[in-house]
Amino acid sequence: MAEVAMTVNGAPVSAEVEGRTLLVEFLREGLGLTGTHVGCDTSQCGACVVQVNGMAVKSCTMFACEAEGAAVTTIEGMAGPDGTLGPIQAAFQEHHGLQCGFCTPGMVMSAASLLADVPKPSEAQVRTYLEGNLCRCTGYQNIVRAVMAASGQAVEERSQ
Amino acid sequence: MYDFELLRPNTIEAATKALLDEDAQALGGGQTLIPTMKQRLAQADTLVSLTSIPALQGVCIGDDGAVCIGAATTHAQVAKMAGVYPALAALAGQIGDPAVRNRGTIGGSLANNDPSACYPAAALASDAAILTPERRIDAADFFQGMFATDLEEGEIIIEVQFPVPLRAGYVKFAQPASRFALVGVFVAQFLDGVRVAVTGASEDGVFRWSAAEAALSSEFSAKALYDLTLSSEDFISDLHGSADYRAHLVKVMTGRAVTHAVS
Repeated sequence: MAEVAMTVNGAPVSAEVEGRTLLVEFLREGLGLTGTHVGCDTSQCGACVVQVNGMAVKSCTMFACEAEGAAVTTIEGMAGPDGTLGPIQAAFQEHHGLQCGFCTPGMVMSAASLLADVPKPSEAQVRTYLEGNLCRCTGYQNIVRAVMAASGQAVEERSQ
Repeated sequence: MYDFELLRPNTIEAATKALLDEDAQALGGGQTLIPTMKQRLAQADTLVSLTSIPALQGVCIGDDGAVCIGAATTHAQVAKMAGVYPALAALAGQIGDPAVRNRGTIGGSLANNDPSACYPAAALASDAAILTPERRIDAADFFQGMFATDLEEGEIIIEVQFPVPLRAGYVKFAQPASRFALVGVFVAQFLDGVRVAVTGASEDGVFRWSAAEAALSSEFSAKALYDLTLSSEDFISDLHGSADYRAHLVKVMTGRAVTHAVS
């Protein structure tokens, strides 16, 4: 066991963890932040994406101890303190960027990293950047549309 | 995954000392090792993380013009080096996906020597040197077959030095689920000739395609490859592609890599 300390969604946290404790286990089971999901657990699906020092990482493929001293942001950190959705979350809601919602936390966190790097991405850039986030509902079309809208760019209305 | 002690040393010396323990294993970005440990295909009493060592981070240009990349530099960081070595930066920007590139390291990739990894092709085609605390290993000697390298037990990579070619290109035919190279080809044109390194195709891991090198050294154009054929003997054959299919892809990807290099 080792002591690990980091900042999660702006708040300092510390705990005793095993070497093998994954960051996602620390977030979900240690801190109760169950918005970050475990889909495949093999670093393929991206449901567990969080930001560590502003960079998107798969929290199922990083040990909690490796986040020592880091600033971690999870999906819970994307909404306001009163629960008001952040701009990317609001765009996902507005543009129906989810069906079952399981992949959504990872999609939103990856999209946030993209928009921090490239504020006005092309649709192709969005698709390429979300390559490591899988949606089993096959909702990619609206996810891409939501990310484009979150970047402040006009998106076509859905055809009926 | 079985439990282990995770050490995060700050110096190369401390890491090397910790790795003297035969039950200790080096941990780079963990994008291969962690999934492997979850499946219990690998285990260690002690994992020695190399990502907290400042001396293993970053990129510089050596006196001879070579690009020197610290072993713990991530793929995402190398992908930003387009102004220094464009083909290498482009290769790094195609590994895995963005989240994987933010953790995975060049040293980890080379030390693992996955037969379908991208970096071994760049290292071999660029005639790179792999530096450890004790010695300098030429890429030609470093790669010793699937998942095998010249590294001794507990020996770590600290830096990789890439001579920068006149022109270079890397094209991979990605296996869409894993995003590894079904076949990837790195072509590098130097003053004294062309080097062609192929990953993803052979059971023996990355290799140089000497016939293509000779043809391209005479004429650096995809047309120069038209009459070449490549034996698929000892090529990987799996559900993603037969050995013959991979051999065909090698030629096609080599041509595309040349086209990239000249464009």
